[in-house]
Amino acid sequence: MAYSDKVLDHYNNPRNVGSLDKKAPNVGTGMVGAPECGDVMKLQIKVNDENGIIEDAKFKTFGCGSAIASSSLATEWLKGKTVDEALKIKNTDIVNELSLPPVKIHCSVLAEDAIKAAIGDYRAKQGAKTQQVPAEQTVA
Amino acid sequence: MKTPIYLDNHATTKVDPRVLDAMLPYFTEYFGNAASRNHEFGWVAEQAVDKARKQIADLIGATAKEIIFTSGATESNNLAIKGVAEMYAEKGNHIITEATEHKAVLDTCKKLEKMGYRVTYLPVMGDGLIDLDMLRESITDKTILVTIMYANNEIGVIQPVAEIGKICRERGVLFHTDGVQAIGKVPVDVNKDNIDIMSITAHKLYGPKGVGALYVRRKNPRVQITAQMDGGGHERGMRSGTLNVPGIVGLGEACAICQREMPEETRRLRYLRDKLRSKLEAGLDEIYLNGSWEHRLPHSLNMSFAYVEGESLLMGINDVAVSSGSACTSATLEPSYVLKALGLGDDIAHSSIRFGIGRFNTEEEIDYVADKLVDVVRKLRELSPLYEMAKEGIDLSKVQWAHD
Repeated sequence: MAYSDKVLDHYNNPRNVGSLDKKAPNVGTGMVGAPECGDVMKLQIKVNDENGIIEDAKFKTFGCGSAIASSSLATEWLKGKTVDEALKIKNTDIVNELSLPPVKIHCSVLAEDAIKAAIGDYRAKQGAKTQQVPAEQTVA
Repeated sequence: MKTPIYLDNHATTKVDPRVLDAMLPYFTEYFGNAASRNHEFGWVAEQAVDKARKQIADLIGATAKEIIFTSGATESNNLAIKGVAEMYAEKGNHIITEATEHKAVLDTCKKLEKMGYRVTYLPVMGDGLIDLDMLRESITDKTILVTIMYANNEIGVIQPVAEIGKICRERGVLFHTDGVQAIGKVPVDVNKDNIDIMSITAHKLYGPKGVGALYVRRKNPRVQITAQMDGGGHERGMRSGTLNVPGIVGLGEACAICQREMPEETRRLRYLRDKLRSKLEAGLDEIYLNGSWEHRLPHSLNMSFAYVEGESLLMGINDVAVSSGSACTSATLEPSYVLKALGLGDDIAHSSIRFGIGRFNTEEEIDYVADKLVDVVRKLRELSPLYEMAKEGIDLSKVQWAHD
């Protein structure tokens, strides 16, 4: 099984490994996959509340080289995008960028799921915040 | 020290230069067909084959007449199991094997099931060994064969072969064992171990690929098998086909070398294997041995490295050749069925590495591999969300994972 140079590069020099504070209100955390399947990805984004731009992204992955590369690449692409732009990232983009063979396509799908899960978590937190505001206004 | 380092000796072995030397003349000078009865070319070839028969027999405590040549252990396993099934079909139609056998045995049994035979697949215990009481209870008056491997190719575990053979003798059932991983590595004796039929291959004991043998007992009891390869009646009617003379010479020489060098080689390889394990355990926490430590081939190690996936580990030690029970490394994306049979969780199967140390490995190589592996596991654990959660005290078995 030969790996593409890009996969090897991400594996040897993974970008944005680490964790953000999952309790912070502007951090979205997505955790997808399962140990039994051999793939677990945790992807986190830190969003600037004012302009909706993803300022920082971090990942941790339990999985093969292609899974690590897919999630590393995802964090690279996320930084600087708005949340809406981030939702447009497709697994096929990852497959093309990393030249993933057919047997590794599922790694890119998991990375796309991780992005969506992180955004989903962020939005859920935003939803919780905005729900509080009408209550205050009513009181006022 | 050259890289890549080869530590996958359960998959195949390098041909010993002495074996190659023995073989070469039989390609060029003594190239006769061993079945040519009427001229010197044939006689010389036949003599070489007879010598090899004796060398193989000596290694396993058999007689030369009991050795049949094949193209390898897969063929030998097919011949043994199908050959007995057909020959003894009137006596019964039940075969007993176990869950961690090589596919050459399991797939052959599945084929026989399609043809109407009944097969019992004994489970193994957590250490990889079969339960002898369960074996006893599985034998019926329709049982014609028990086939259980001497040592497992993935985890290196050695089955209680002599006891299995004894049980089979008591019940009048033939006992076949796939001896591929054990022969030449531990003292296998067909009489002490009560074996009736045994599969042998050259390429696991520093001989060439493409040649193997089947031991077929002639006395107490006399075993008969129906040929699976017809055409000329070679090998006492049990396996037709022109003999691979150079390959056979190689197999014989490889066996002779193993017999001479086994005591010293075992000592050396066990020392290297134990050193590898100690260094890994000294450098890393949460690593686990897969399969019995006590009943194991001296040169074999199979360990899981928790929170790190096997294929990513192999990528990190890309100048070392080993193999993994991870799904990502198999063509079917299924994790190792052998590790699953031990009752291991899929995540532990995904994190496993198999090491097979061999004649040509040095202590320098073992030190290098241990140090590198410790380094790679540490780096991958930094990347691992599972390690992070475990360190936070989260019980991973209680987590609700989001599947696709």
